[in-house]
Amino acid sequence: MVHGAEAIRNAGAHRPGEEGSRRDFLILATTAVGAIGVASLAWPFIDEMNPSADVLALSTTEVDLSPVAVGQAITVKWRGKPVFIRHRTPDEIKAARSVNVADLRDPQPDEARVQRPEWLIVVGVCTHLGCIPLGQKPSDPHGDYGGWFCPCHGSHYDTSARIRKGPAPRNLVVPDYVFLSDTMVRIGEAAAKGAAA
Amino acid sequence: MSTPVFKNRLVRWIDYRLPVFTFMNHELNEYPTPRNLSYWWNFGSLAGIMLVTMIVTGVVLAMHYTPHVDYAFQSVERIMRDVNYGWLIRYLHMNGASMFFIVTYIHIFRGLYYGSYKSPRELLWMLGVIILILMMATAFMGYVLPWGQMSFWGATVITNLFSAIPFVGEKIVTWLWGGFSVDNPTLNRFYSLHYLLPFLIVGVVVLHLVALHRFGSNNPLGIDTKGPQDTLPFHPYYTAKDMFGLGVFLIIYALIVFFAPNLFGEPDNYIPANPLATPPHIVPEWYFLPFYAILRAVPNKLGGVVLMFSSILVLFVLPWLDRSPVRSGRFRPMFRIFFWLLVLDAVVLGVVGANPPEGNWILFGRMATIWYFVHFLIVLPLLSRLERPRPLPISISQSVLASGGGFAPQPVRTMDKA
Repeated sequence: MVHGAEAIRNAGAHRPGEEGSRRDFLILATTAVGAIGVASLAWPFIDEMNPSADVLALSTTEVDLSPVAVGQAITVKWRGKPVFIRHRTPDEIKAARSVNVADLRDPQPDEARVQRPEWLIVVGVCTHLGCIPLGQKPSDPHGDYGGWFCPCHGSHYDTSARIRKGPAPRNLVVPDYVFLSDTMVRIGEAAAKGAAA
Repeated sequence: MSTPVFKNRLVRWIDYRLPVFTFMNHELNEYPTPRNLSYWWNFGSLAGIMLVTMIVTGVVLAMHYTPHVDYAFQSVERIMRDVNYGWLIRYLHMNGASMFFIVTYIHIFRGLYYGSYKSPRELLWMLGVIILILMMATAFMGYVLPWGQMSFWGATVITNLFSAIPFVGEKIVTWLWGGFSVDNPTLNRFYSLHYLLPFLIVGVVVLHLVALHRFGSNNPLGIDTKGPQDTLPFHPYYTAKDMFGLGVFLIIYALIVFFAPNLFGEPDNYIPANPLATPPHIVPEWYFLPFYAILRAVPNKLGGVVLMFSSILVLFVLPWLDRSPVRSGRFRPMFRIFFWLLVLDAVVLGVVGANPPEGNWILFGRMATIWYFVHFLIVLPLLSRLERPRPLPISISQSVLASGGGFAPQPVRTMDKA
């Protein structure tokens, strides 16, 4: 590749044996400018489908926990998905912590899944194919392990919302959340390191 | 023009069964094009590129727009503020409409000057007029979608044009509205049709191109090509020329989009539609102004509407109004004067359309309207008989090559090896 200035100097004079340097230069330069132009114009048309500013503005949800009695569970909406918040009883906590972690399909100790033992907060979307497991209401089926049961394909979750039986590959996901006070939690924002109770 | 032999085996395999590569080679590569086309011949491809631009940006905007009277205006503002690059895509679409009309109007006036509507290109021309009408309908309905004051009152005024039809006018307008005023049903159907019509335009453009490639482009001399010495292969000569023109065009388009995006717009359209108050001065988008001036020039409702539609429909019969056998205005000294008068007339009509219908504007509007129809219905037929054209060159090659001679050999200084 000959430098631009030289290519231009060669413009008029056609030297035998030297493959058209000016033409090559022009074609390469034009193609490069065109390719960069097309790529930079394509990006807005791709990025436009990403979450917009108003969607991102709603990416955290604050929940008042004070009305949730021990043994009760509530479902809140966060980023369009249900989040299960369960005020666990001492028995449920004990059941969750007396399991041999190594035997689990997705081994995770209960301590790693909660910031405060009495509050279990998980995304209520089955990790199999996205249905919402039953088990929030006392009248719901809770599965073989006292937690949740997904009616779509029969996944059983325990009182730490870990997968115990059925087709789901992973435990229910624990979202980022931070306790703003004893009774107020913000879902969608990561707790500062070491701030977990 | 034999079937080319493709080097790639897969291409050969496909082409034998589905000759798309032969087709593309024939229509875009070797396609013989008059060697003397000027930059006025760039505007057809520019219009095609704008059509694609409008469809691409439009499809994207449709992902974010809500066609409901309660949400339409806000959804457009959301596109401007919250959607990633929504402002860019909307400004490309909004100003794209203006750019589309600019290149199309230049394309049309180029056809008028060089007699591109004459035999054997009458159908090519008429298909072009159909495209123009579809473009106008699409643009009008698109302007309604943001549901601002101009959207609403533009829709009200234009749909009311149909109430001028005797006996059934009122019923037709109610049918168009889907109610007793411009309202949610109107907005919904306009949105549906605004999405549909561009694809109809694509269809008519395909026919336009089929008709074009039957006899090839007209040219500045307006004489037929008589052989290979008069033509160049479309690629690389006209692909390169079109690309260069596109570059210049995109610079202008980008300048408007980035630095003056509301240049063509009306500020009133950033006020949400209010069915209870008409803005003090309503005007259509600039590309409708000449037709709007014709509408207002007639002090009779039906007459104004008929004349406005006639001003476009007269273009359909243009090939039979101008009977002069000479195509190009270059060899028609009198026609050339009247051509520029028509250009001036269109500009005057545009200015009149932008101004309120009072005082001298009414007079100017009437004179310009009369002249518009006099040009097509009286001047052109008369010129065909009275004018004495200048002698035509023998061939394109003789005219454009310095060496002269009707059958000059292929020039030595072609640029395929620099």
